[in-house]
Amino acid sequence: MSSTYLGMPALPAYGQGNLHATEAFPAAAQRELGNTQLRANLGHATHTIRDKRLRVVAELPDWEELRNAGAATKASVMARLPELLEQFEANFTARGGTIHWARDAAEANRIVRDLIRDAGADEVVKVKSMATQEIGLNEYLEEQGIAAFETDLAELIVQLDHDKPSHILVPAIHKNRSQVRDIFLREMPGVDPDLTDNPARLAEASRMHLRRKFLSAKVAISGANFAIADSGTLGVVESEGNGRMCLTLPETLITVMGVEKLLPSFQDLEVFMQLLPRSSTGERMNPYTSFWTGVTKGDGPQDVHLVLLDNGRSAALADEMGRSALHCIRCSACMNVCPVYERTGGHAYGSTYPGPIGAILSPLLTGITSEENASLPYASSLCGACYDACPVKINIPEILVHLRSVDVESRRGNAAGKKKLPGQMDVAMKAASWAMGSGRRMALVEKALPLGQLAAGPDKKIKKLPGIAAGWTQSRDLPAPPARSFRDWWAKERGNTSSKEKA
Amino acid sequence: MSARTEILDRLRSALHDAPAAGDIPRNYRHESGKAEDELIELLSDRLVDYKAGVSVVDEAGVPVRVAELLAGAPSYVVPEGLDERWTALAPGRMVDSAEDPLSVAQLDAAGAVVTGSAAAVAETGTIILDGSPDQGRRAISLIPDHHICLVRARDITGVLPEALRRLDATHPLTWISGPSATSDIELERVEGVHGPRTLDVVIIR
Ligand code: SF4
Repeated sequence: MSSTYLGMPALPAYGQGNLHATEAFPAAAQRELGNTQLRANLGHATHTIRDKRLRVVAELPDWEELRNAGAATKASVMARLPELLEQFEANFTARGGTIHWARDAAEANRIVRDLIRDAGADEVVKVKSMATQEIGLNEYLEEQGIAAFETDLAELIVQLDHDKPSHILVPAIHKNRSQVRDIFLREMPGVDPDLTDNPARLAEASRMHLRRKFLSAKVAISGANFAIADSGTLGVVESEGNGRMCLTLPETLITVMGVEKLLPSFQDLEVFMQLLPRSSTGERMNPYTSFWTGVTKGDGPQDVHLVLLDNGRSAALADEMGRSALHCIRCSACMNVCPVYERTGGHAYGSTYPGPIGAILSPLLTGITSEENASLPYASSLCGACYDACPVKINIPEILVHLRSVDVESRRGNAAGKKKLPGQMDVAMKAASWAMGSGRRMALVEKALPLGQLAAGPDKKIKKLPGIAAGWTQSRDLPAPPARSFRDWWAKERGNTSSKEKA
Repeated sequence: MSARTEILDRLRSALHDAPAAGDIPRNYRHESGKAEDELIELLSDRLVDYKAGVSVVDEAGVPVRVAELLAGAPSYVVPEGLDERWTALAPGRMVDSAEDPLSVAQLDAAGAVVTGSAAAVAETGTIILDGSPDQGRRAISLIPDHHICLVRARDITGVLPEALRRLDATHPLTWISGPSATSDIELERVEGVHGPRTLDVVIIR
């Protein structure tokens, strides 16, 4: 079959792997809210990064112009994605690299495993990568008898603690220094038993722990921040030098990257390398960035592979309103300003992608009909802070509202003719529209107000509501309704006019 | 059907509404318009902010400064294309090249490395290595614990777009902004994790 598109819309092919929540957001958020240590660590961290980011962004007189260029570049990439991928492939391959295409997580995992086996290795070093986390590569390799060592300090902490990352930029943001020390003492072979919780000492311990691995590893696995179509170049942005170690020393390098990471030209880096570091860590520039174009003779890995991953991206691209979620450069600015994320942390979102971007990206990749992810678009107060912070101007609130409507539609009966059970929101909306549809009914509802006061107790807050409203009060206290309704007050104070309006 | 064909077909079909690839507004700064002295000052300021060491010398002062920085290191690495005069006063020189590379163990045992650079960006405090003969293989500026990097004043640009125009994308590029660092534990910045723990930049006017 030829690859010419014949105009037949294909069925969406959704993603698999670590994209699905294992429970609905409200339940997960409720549990995480009970973790006060997590909330304290997160609050400190997000506020610190947020302030740094604001300072360095304010330094640039042309920040808005850079954002506009970034947003327009990404929109153009999405419109030309198939053509740019082919151009990238031709250039990367011409310089000695090898490209593999993976429809989904399972296929990507198998490709990586086979490449590792071909290289005769049974262990690999890894530099932090969202794509490999998304496809669950570490878990898969472990089943296959291949050990994968995370080398980013935060990823190492999370991996040693058998935990999951809670933030895309600082995955161990939920642990404080004494927790990290305890993990190292417990899990790091040969660690100094007198290790203190001083961050410099902890970083030193990780250096000693990983040094031998770096210097002897035959195969490394990375993600990529950018792929440049007109030159066939890949780039990784990092701080610690673990990225450079992985990208330079082993004989074989395997990179896994979502198809959306493309940029049309090398020149575009002048925009994106200004937007990304300032938005993510709040630095003028991150300590290290590496770019490589296929194989360079005598310098670095001589066997270089790239796995291009779909895993639901084509499905997200098909959503005309939602496709701009694929513009995301994973800077994490949106989660650092999100009031919901700040309180629940990343685990509550279930997926590899937490926070505001996760609330739209995960359901776009898996399909909103995926039961657990259907609650994610409601995990937001729609305050708009994420949109203001986003360096590529993804209108997250607008996409959230769009996905909510898709969710409600799918509950009414979707294209497949299957009607889902009415969701909580649906029932609540129906009840509200019934009550508000008539003044008389509204008056009746208001009569119930004093009852609400009773449920509230002396501190005037309702802690738990039964049934439909339970989801709302799980993570916030509802102020008790006033003793008198506004309509009631109006009738008494301005009696004559308002009584005529009664239905 | 191959995965490649299938994915490209899916993507084409996802674009059934034929969105337009619009023009990209590039109204951001392309030049800083700063004079050489200002660029040197700005670059120094940014590098110091990253906890890198900075010295500004004239051409004749390079060998002395390099020898001072290397004092105490029993041996150090240089790429084969680095001007020999610059390290003439420092004993313990080991030469690395793609044809005759030092082993990882030798690099690990060396105390320091001296390289040139391809470009620098003053505003962000970034030096860029592109694998040219005076900069060498990527491994040599990574494994030794102390990196001494020589930057010619004429290679310092003000803003990133100026520097990018001087680079060839197909060379292996390493952008360095300060020594290796992590902020992963309570966001407290710690210099020196896996890359060199000390970075000294010598600016040559
Ligand atoms: S959505 Fe925007 S702000 Fe959020 S991580 Fe992606 S690029 Fe950054």
